[in-house]
Amino acid sequence: MSRRKNVGIWAYSVFVLLPVYWLINMSFKSNEEILGTFSMWPQQFTWANYQVIFTDPSWYNGYFNSIYYVVLNSIITLLVALPAAYAFSRYKFVGDKHLFFWLLTNRMAPPAVFLLPFFQLYSSVGLFDTHIAVALAHCLFSVPLAVWILEGFMSSVPREIDETAFIDGYSFPRFFIRIFLPLISSGIGVTVFFSFMFSWVELLLARTLTSVEAKPIAAIMTRTIGASGVDWGVLAAAGVLTIIPGILVIYFVRNHVAKGFALGRV
Amino acid sequence: MNKTQNNKAWFLVLPVFLLVAFSAIIPLMTVVNYSVQDIFDQNNAYFVGVEWYREVLQDPRLQDSLLRQFMYSGSVLAIEIPLGIAVALMMPTRGAMASLTLIVLAIPLLIPWNVVGTIWQIFARADIGLLGYVINGMGIDYNYANNAVDAWLTVVLMDVWHWTSLIALLCYSGLRAIPDAYYQAARIDRASNWAIFKYIQLPKLKGVLIIGILLRFMDSFMIYTEPFVLTGGGPGNSTTFLSQTLTKMAIGQFDIGPAAAFSMIYFLIVLLVSWLFFTTISQLDKDKTKEISHES
Amino acid sequence: MSWMAWTLPTAVFFAVIATILVSMTVWEIRSPCIERKGLLPIATTRGDRLFIGLLSSAFFHLYIVGFTTINIWVALVLSIIWLISVMRWG
Repeated sequence: MSRRKNVGIWAYSVFVLLPVYWLINMSFKSNEEILGTFSMWPQQFTWANYQVIFTDPSWYNGYFNSIYYVVLNSIITLLVALPAAYAFSRYKFVGDKHLFFWLLTNRMAPPAVFLLPFFQLYSSVGLFDTHIAVALAHCLFSVPLAVWILEGFMSSVPREIDETAFIDGYSFPRFFIRIFLPLISSGIGVTVFFSFMFSWVELLLARTLTSVEAKPIAAIMTRTIGASGVDWGVLAAAGVLTIIPGILVIYFVRNHVAKGFALGRV
Repeated sequence: MNKTQNNKAWFLVLPVFLLVAFSAIIPLMTVVNYSVQDIFDQNNAYFVGVEWYREVLQDPRLQDSLLRQFMYSGSVLAIEIPLGIAVALMMPTRGAMASLTLIVLAIPLLIPWNVVGTIWQIFARADIGLLGYVINGMGIDYNYANNAVDAWLTVVLMDVWHWTSLIALLCYSGLRAIPDAYYQAARIDRASNWAIFKYIQLPKLKGVLIIGILLRFMDSFMIYTEPFVLTGGGPGNSTTFLSQTLTKMAIGQFDIGPAAAFSMIYFLIVLLVSWLFFTTISQLDKDKTKEISHES
Repeated sequence: MSWMAWTLPTAVFFAVIATILVSMTVWEIRSPCIERKGLLPIATTRGDRLFIGLLSSAFFHLYIVGFTTINIWVALVLSIIWLISVMRWG
């Protein structure tokens, strides 16, 4: 049984990794080699594709833009979601269930529906083509998710802790920062992971709300498709570079994420 | 847990409410406004009532893309849910191998969606891609760029690759929450693997599975970037799904009114499905608390 | 605000929705509602019934507009009757 399991998980891992390997393989080949010969690994190994990206500011600025708005989004999300999740986990108030449902519907709403009004809304308040605009737009998905995840973690902290702290004379902000936050630190880890993830992988809104200054790397990649066909090598190299931040993040939060999933809140 | 009634809690929720309302309610109202007008530009808009709704509901192109959408969402769910459960059951439970598989499985989830499209483009092309090359090498004629069936299969396979991990990770953590005592009892009873799965594991997975199905249904329902990069919706319209139809209408052809009416219908479907799931989940929670209060 | 392209009917529509929400909130504060089971298969609160009524009315309107030639005002009147009965007996 256990051997069969091992074979199964190996087979699935290969299925997951093979397309990624192929991308990496392509990124070390020249275009002539990609189109000319078919091989499982690069015959003439080259860094040229990466060189194109690292030497051209309009390429590497795309990475900075993406990382900038993703980090901004995570910070905003965490700041507003923490108190809200606390309220949902500790108190009943008028309309709480409906508010919670309304928040979640925004996680489900298709971005394509909002595309045009978003563009006009952010243009009319003068935020078009800024990092903050993309960060705010992504809050539409990340905040509901964050409230949902954090509420789960906070509900598993017994109320008695709050009450004891207040009896001991802690003010609310001091209690929240000194006692409560450390207790739900893995929840915060998971929240950051998911707001990072959904902001990092999203393209439709990010592309619509930017033109030059804050253009994300994902949108810049489209220009490898030129009049003379697709520049496969550079496209592959750019793709490989977008995978790296994700792997770093998952590595750091791997133990927390299992816990977050266990609460069934993603 | 007993929660205290306190309407002042609204102050804690207010920032979230304002932030999400800004990005959700204003655009939503705008979409409603657009949907009842014929818009030429900023200053030339004429009220047309529900005309666009009538037109959109009777448009065969949209009916087709809605049908395709349901078929697509249905087929990815039918593959990803059982496969995800199977992968979760096979995952090693402890040691370095456990973390390693966790990381490997999570990789597809963290790749930007257009790069997912690119990866599969490079992987599946008949001339330069490993998959396309191998399939053609086996003597099967395969080209996702000009055969509708191949394109459809490739898009589904891409989605399976992309999202099965999510179901697997959800189920994996659901399985971890089962106490060892259950398995020991089953061993004493000499229960078969199938019996263990059916009576111990599956019931425990119910909660996470509902959430997994909801997320996968909604996300596949609004899929845009991956098929757009991979097939561009073609060949013909065979892989053009709702979001792409909508974007084409609104930005490509600048038919703002019909696109807005279509958006509203889309949004109502999403609202209905979310509500059904949400009600099911809270109903399950209620049953659970009832059980607990009976036991005590 | 001109980009939002307001029209009188949509403005009235949203004003009505907002009024309903505000008065529901006031009502809730004055006399908190208790969950009960009526004709609908699940136990609901007042707010749940309002949501069910509104959402089903929306789909009913879509059906009337898209697949019949019945006047939309008929649909509106029927929906209001439906909404009130769901609120009362649902």
